[in-house]
Amino acid sequence: MTDAVVVTDIRKSYGDLNAVDGVSFTVAEGEFFGILGPNGAGKTTTLEIVEGLREPDSGTVELLGVNPWPRNPELLPRVGVQLQASSFFERLTAREQLETFGSLYGVGTAKAGEMLELVGLTDKADVQENKLSGGQRQRLSIACALVHDPDVVFLDEPTAALDPQARRNLWDVLRAIQARGKTIVYTTHYLDEAEILCDRVAIMDRGKVLALDSPAALVRGLDAPTRILLQPGALPLDTARELEGVDTAAEDEVSLTISTRKPARVLSTLAERGTLDGLQVRTATLEDVFLDHTGREYRA
Amino acid sequence: MSTTAFKSLSTAMFKGFVRDKMSLFFMFFFPLMFLVVFGLLLGDSGEDKIKIAVTGDGPVVAALDQTGAVEIQRFDDERAALAKVEDGDLPAAIILRGNAIQLRFAASDQVAAGTVNGLVSGVVDKLNLSATGQPAAFSLQQQPVEDASLKPIQYLTPGILSWGISISAVFGAALTMVSWRKKQVLRRIRLAPVSAFTVLTSRLTVSVGIAIVQAITFVLVALTPPFGLKLSGSWYLALPLLVLGTLAFFAIGMLVGAFCKTEEAASGAANILVMPMSFLSGSFFPIENAPGWLQAVSQALPLRHMNDGMLDVLVRGKGIEALLLPCSVLIAFTAVVGFAAAKIFRWED
Repeated sequence: MTDAVVVTDIRKSYGDLNAVDGVSFTVAEGEFFGILGPNGAGKTTTLEIVEGLREPDSGTVELLGVNPWPRNPELLPRVGVQLQASSFFERLTAREQLETFGSLYGVGTAKAGEMLELVGLTDKADVQENKLSGGQRQRLSIACALVHDPDVVFLDEPTAALDPQARRNLWDVLRAIQARGKTIVYTTHYLDEAEILCDRVAIMDRGKVLALDSPAALVRGLDAPTRILLQPGALPLDTARELEGVDTAAEDEVSLTISTRKPARVLSTLAERGTLDGLQVRTATLEDVFLDHTGREYRA
Repeated sequence: MSTTAFKSLSTAMFKGFVRDKMSLFFMFFFPLMFLVVFGLLLGDSGEDKIKIAVTGDGPVVAALDQTGAVEIQRFDDERAALAKVEDGDLPAAIILRGNAIQLRFAASDQVAAGTVNGLVSGVVDKLNLSATGQPAAFSLQQQPVEDASLKPIQYLTPGILSWGISISAVFGAALTMVSWRKKQVLRRIRLAPVSAFTVLTSRLTVSVGIAIVQAITFVLVALTPPFGLKLSGSWYLALPLLVLGTLAFFAIGMLVGAFCKTEEAASGAANILVMPMSFLSGSFFPIENAPGWLQAVSQALPLRHMNDGMLDVLVRGKGIEALLLPCSVLIAFTAVVGFAAAKIFRWED
């Protein structure tokens, strides 16, 4: 498989601030790649350099085999970009937005209907952009990024500031786009979301990439214990501590928490004793990966 | 340049303009309102005729009436007529007793007094001359230089139309630019394979289109009976002025848009430029009475030249040679300001 994006040691600073401080990664064709991190981690600047909107101070970028900087009109039709702000033409309806953006790429107006259907806005086709809800605007702006059928799509925080239902609707849209064979590079500060959607993620903090792999591999690499949660008083704390395979056990008013690296054995023992009341099993998440690398709790 | 992109961008911008009721009112109907209000206020110049009290009758009164310059109010009582003048209600009274004509006037109103004195003595002299039966030694022909009488609407229409076009072009360009930069539409367009030239010319086309619609509406309104504009035969020569004037004001708008970060700032800056310019350029009242240095300043303003050119071709009936100076100034102005705007243009904040 060829690489859609190859980024090698890019740096960008604004005064004393090293917004991007030696970032490298590659994105394969057809891959769903996430750039994660808290606000101010350098995600957007990285994305803008890859898109060709900014010139890096040093380092190289290859987008579909060519350097996106300076602006390369031959590359642009193969790239779709959704910017962080929803950039729409004033007072045009959803359909007119798609038609106008499409025309910039020489795409006929018929494509607008297809795009509206893809993002589930067919019934909002004749509604002006400023009268759409936040989630609808985000879906429309993604549709505008896709209207010319690009090979690579860049989405900057498409799910930010959306309610849970709207976020889930958007996930379906993003999966549908990947199913069309597009390469997707997207930024988010929701680690849980990236874990569900992305093939691979780069976790960024303070301009650097802390970790880069598939979410599952990153979590496995932590060698973090699995936590088993039970109702408080499901079994005596001392008994819990002495079960085979248990590392630690603690109890508060909400739950009895057992940490173990052998979850299968502990769970079967608990099942034999018939003490599975209120059972929850929690494995490590990308937030633990962030904690492990930075020593800080993750705050979006 | 891509024609599809050009067409659809123009359409998008035009729809955006028409659907924004606020700016549609401010840029289009607001100047039109000025024309209507000023046109009605300054109204029919027939109302400006000087009224004179008259007692008695004779050929002098008939001749005065024929001049059309005065309105005669008849009184039976000499004292009542004089009282009108003394009270300042009328500027003058004529008392006729046979061939003796007495003119009493209020010296406090110098302009009216001068006019009445001139008129009455002119009429009396003429009658005296014809009474002698001698042929006149000098002949005098009187004819106005304008096609029609110079009613206020004749200079208001070109002036307020030019001002209206300056508003829609300056504000249109500045506000579109600021809002598109702020909402990152400019950035988004930059990521599409269209040239800056296409984006610029499509916005400019919309401005020129709006200016032409403005011109047609203004002139049609001014032609209706309450205003009674009389167009000269060479009115079509206004078209190049419309286009070049729009270009010059569009360039000003681009400069404002390049400087300002918010729509509020752009609107304020545009107002600061356009309002004084309209007064200095004689859009609402003739600038000829202003001090010399102020007139010199006004010669540097594009609106002044657009006004002059419009007045010449729409009303004064001048030919194509009248376009030479205004068009040259507008082109030069566009080039200089447009160059400066291009230099400081930014795609993003």
